[in-house]
Amino acid sequence: MLTNTKNTEQTFKSVGTSPIRPDGVPKVTGMAQYGADYSLPGMLWAKILRSPHAHARIRSINTSKAEALPGVKAVLTSADLPAQPFDYIGPERVAVNYWHMTRNILAREKALYEGHAIAAVAATTAAIAAEAIALIEVDYEVLPHVIDVDEAMHPDAPVLFEDMITRGVEPAPTKPSNITKRLEFKVGDLDAGFAEADEIVEMSFKTAAVHQGYIEPHSCLARYGADGQCELWSASQGHFVVRAYTAKLLGMEIGNLVVHPAEIGGGFGGKTVVYVEPIAVALSRKTGHPVKIMMSREDVFKATGPTSGGSMTVKIGVKKDGTLVAADGVFKLQAGAFPGSPVMNAAMCAFAPYIIPNVRSVGFDVVCNRPKSAAYRAPGSPISAFGVESVLDILAQKIGMDPLKLRLKNAVKAGSPTAYGPKHSHDGFAETIQVLLDHPDYNKPLGKNQGRGVASGFWFNGGGESTASIHINEDGTVVLATGSMDVGGSRASMALMAAETLGVQYASVRSTVADTASIGYNHVTGGSRVTFATGLAVVEACNKIIEQLRLRASIMWDVDVKGVVWEDGFAKPADKSVGEFEPLSLKAIAAKRAVTGGPIVTEAAVNAGGQAPGFSTQFCDVEVDPETGAVKILRFVAAQDVGRAIHPKYCEGQIHGGVVQGIGWALNEEYIYDKQGRLANAGFLDYRIPVASDLPMIEAILVEVPNPNHPYGVKGVGEANIVPPMAAIANAIQQATGKRLTELPMAPHKVLAAIDAV
Amino acid sequence: MSEMRFERPKTAEAAAVLLAGTQGVAKVLSGGTDLMIHMRNGNVKPELVLDIKGIAEMNTITVEDGGYRFGAAVSCMELLEHEAFAQTWPGVIDSANLVGSVQVRGRATVAGNLCTASPAADTVPAMIAAGAIARVVGPNGRREVPVEDIPAGPGKTTLAKGELIVSFFLPKRAPHSGDAYLRFTPRSEMDIAVVGVGLCLTLDANGICTHARVSLGAVAERALLVPEAAAALIGTKVDEAALTKLAAAASAAARPIDDKRGTKVFRTKLAGVLARRAAEKALSRAKGI
Amino acid sequence: MSKQHVTTVINGDPVEFLCSANQSLLDVLRNNLNMTGSKEGCGTGDCGSCSVTLDDRLVCSCLVLGVEAEGKSIQTIEGMANGEHLHVLQQKFLEHAALQCGICTPGILIAARSLLERNPDPTEKEVRFWLAGNLCRCTGYNKIIEAVLDAAREMRGA
Repeated sequence: MLTNTKNTEQTFKSVGTSPIRPDGVPKVTGMAQYGADYSLPGMLWAKILRSPHAHARIRSINTSKAEALPGVKAVLTSADLPAQPFDYIGPERVAVNYWHMTRNILAREKALYEGHAIAAVAATTAAIAAEAIALIEVDYEVLPHVIDVDEAMHPDAPVLFEDMITRGVEPAPTKPSNITKRLEFKVGDLDAGFAEADEIVEMSFKTAAVHQGYIEPHSCLARYGADGQCELWSASQGHFVVRAYTAKLLGMEIGNLVVHPAEIGGGFGGKTVVYVEPIAVALSRKTGHPVKIMMSREDVFKATGPTSGGSMTVKIGVKKDGTLVAADGVFKLQAGAFPGSPVMNAAMCAFAPYIIPNVRSVGFDVVCNRPKSAAYRAPGSPISAFGVESVLDILAQKIGMDPLKLRLKNAVKAGSPTAYGPKHSHDGFAETIQVLLDHPDYNKPLGKNQGRGVASGFWFNGGGESTASIHINEDGTVVLATGSMDVGGSRASMALMAAETLGVQYASVRSTVADTASIGYNHVTGGSRVTFATGLAVVEACNKIIEQLRLRASIMWDVDVKGVVWEDGFAKPADKSVGEFEPLSLKAIAAKRAVTGGPIVTEAAVNAGGQAPGFSTQFCDVEVDPETGAVKILRFVAAQDVGRAIHPKYCEGQIHGGVVQGIGWALNEEYIYDKQGRLANAGFLDYRIPVASDLPMIEAILVEVPNPNHPYGVKGVGEANIVPPMAAIANAIQQATGKRLTELPMAPHKVLAAIDAV
Repeated sequence: MSEMRFERPKTAEAAAVLLAGTQGVAKVLSGGTDLMIHMRNGNVKPELVLDIKGIAEMNTITVEDGGYRFGAAVSCMELLEHEAFAQTWPGVIDSANLVGSVQVRGRATVAGNLCTASPAADTVPAMIAAGAIARVVGPNGRREVPVEDIPAGPGKTTLAKGELIVSFFLPKRAPHSGDAYLRFTPRSEMDIAVVGVGLCLTLDANGICTHARVSLGAVAERALLVPEAAAALIGTKVDEAALTKLAAAASAAARPIDDKRGTKVFRTKLAGVLARRAAEKALSRAKGI
Repeated sequence: MSKQHVTTVINGDPVEFLCSANQSLLDVLRNNLNMTGSKEGCGTGDCGSCSVTLDDRLVCSCLVLGVEAEGKSIQTIEGMANGEHLHVLQQKFLEHAALQCGICTPGILIAARSLLERNPDPTEKEVRFWLAGNLCRCTGYNKIIEAVLDAAREMRGA
């Protein structure tokens, strides 16, 4: 793809370095503006009334007292939003149903979880808005509720949707249930496969719902004008998606809504959907004033999507020599109040890293009275991996094989089959295993009450739509814009790729994220897609700009454009026959732009395919206190194939972050409900994410097996790292204590109970 | 909407008068690290908030009769930073060092910790084990109260309306004394104690324990003083047999509930485990190790 | 609702503001004074992203009443750099890539500076325990700890 430029040196000049990011100084000085940091004159504050009940029919809502409170400018209910058709739209794995979405934004017939938004108020101060909320009278008919996924599947469970008939079952059931969908992937002959096995392990596992835990609550500011034009400042992982969802939910034309990307304080998938934006826009429309909303931490836990909790059974068969012969998994994931758990991902990813000729993977998407689940870093894959990677560990012990070697023996590579259809098209997994086998600490002896565990994980990574634009400024510096929200430093990565392609200094490239009116469509910053797909768009834009620069130079030299090459940031004559011309810098060409054709700009758009998946293999050492069940992480080493590290420090940071989220998921994080179906731990005190003193330094190893479908070999890095930790830790605990834990989180009282059990 | 009044009295007696004279809910503000949360939740809507940090005698740490007196407005960090106090009462310091985070400790006070009366409060078992006496001021004057008599139940104290704590007195330490506070939390910091144990002991010249106080937190509706646990140590060299009896006594005294932070079974077991470990730590301190 | 009048010093500058008696200092900073560098992550003192110093004492501004600022000196993230010159900690955070989304960064910088003012040569463990009150969800803390230790080295002239 690098057709018209070449670097005179073999090594990269920019790609692979770790410079300071363009948004760095604003972020360390407190100047960067996140979703809650914007204000406008005449701004109103909005608060949201939420259901205190886990499941209730809404008989009536009386807003008159709230509306009468001085300072209240508008009260909003679902009656203010248009109806949406019931239809699953888009690819199955990521299908969207606006009938559900609008009901999640503001409830209609029923409150389906504690915290479900019922109404909203905009007032001149936050205090008045809060007071007004308390004056809204809702007549609820409280209904029995169900929280746990296995219980929700029970035929006698309280049913959330009286007309929900399970999809994917032939013939379709006659009775409604909470099972919204069943899916199955199958390849080979399971019975024959298991018959060949020398060892078979079948085990059930359970995981709890965990929240993405971003420190920034959802926030936005909306200004709806009398002319129907609206501006929205929102912290999200995809302002184009925010625009699309918000416009649809409000019945607006997309072009009438401009979304400005605020800086985002963490997302991990949870900010690829909308909660407050439609409400803010609707209130702004109703009041004629700008409206600001910031969710409280409690509401974030109660009313924004955690990932699913799951219940699963995994059965794997292996031969004495370590060859995996058959695998069968049943994965039941709780979707929360509306369909859409990541069960399809869980089912597809479960066995994806391994060559297994006979596989069946069944998934159930189950609704229950909890907040609707949202994406969380490799959504679904960490859940099924917990079961699969634990079972592999047990099998390794049964056949007396090192657990890394068991994985290496069966590791997929380019050309290997999957259970869900397409063949793998990339290498990289084996390399992540090998680097740990070679790691000096892998064979370090451990002490009393200590154990070492390994696990691997897979994530598809994403491609999709991205747009990039490049302008050459009058002084030859470069403005690069994309529409990809920057969650972890991607502005720097884009600038590095642009600098590399153009052959200029990183410092001369100003890398920005443009709003929805200033650049073409960009899909979300998620799915580990941005460095790959948006990077492709950036490189393509650079290539197009280089064409223009060559053309401008040819005009300046009055030669044929074929006689101009672009090399190391300069236009040069292709050879002596073209003429004796001094190389032209961007600055020199830009200076003459008016007489060579005008502004030097371009835009490039891609719908990227050819992405390569993420593989991660990890080992960790733990020490278990046998009298308390407390688990201490002594060492954690995580290897991941990143293709090529555009900005190595950011790649390491992604691995550190995903691993630590995995550690929290493994040891302490869970949603705890009381008997009324209300969340008992809706805060950072009792929803326990890891703190600095809980952890050692995490060692991240960047394995580079470049992706041939990307000019710089990029494979997405953000997600695969969260897939292995829970099983790695469970496996380590088993080594330390002799006890196998099958339920997450592996909190101290559970570990102690396992240790003490006879 | 009723307005909240904020007052900053200059003397303890003035504070007592203001507290007693308020019809509605009046709250003392020392560190504010619990009160602010309750106000934000809407659990408490005070008519009056009384900032005691302007009262001179509530801000000091002084030597008195060979012991220490520190005021109700003294923050955990100030206690931690007081070298002499920290050396004398390392167990109380253990507990003060575990309240919340550094940020919380910069504001939180032992008096606030006691009067918020969470059964899991960290400094309470340590203060009880130390034999601390609270000086209370009220509309009828001042009185001295052993700290174990202040908490009545979750969120409730035995203080009468209009009463507030002025200061705490910790008696002079006998030679060969040591104290320790240990707690169990799922994370290394930031959590509310699942079980807390404060333990104080004194040895004679032959290494025999002559005095002990053992207090358990988070295993009952308030922090417990457990004489049977202390009795397991007194008269012994705090050897393995004594420690085993101590652990059993601690577990027996625990009457915890199942809640989101721990189960009955777990807490009961851990009361014993931590009592033993706290005794070991107090013992090495008593021996000067 | 009658407001309280408060006179205080913020980042070395005299400041006056009106606030309700029950308003937190964080709320005053962000919404009365437009100083949005201190963040609200939880409002209950559990995340540390609102950290400021109050008379040199590291605190969560969500747990302090606005009226308690009377007569005190407050330092926020907005005052950490000296014009164009970043504090060593800020510089090291950038060099070490110790931030990803950056929402916890202001609170951590304030907390780290407070640590180094008291303890110029902390161990890794001491840094971790001091920063336990500052939650970060993105970085796993690795590069934050490295940046603080590196800043400490430089500030010691080591």
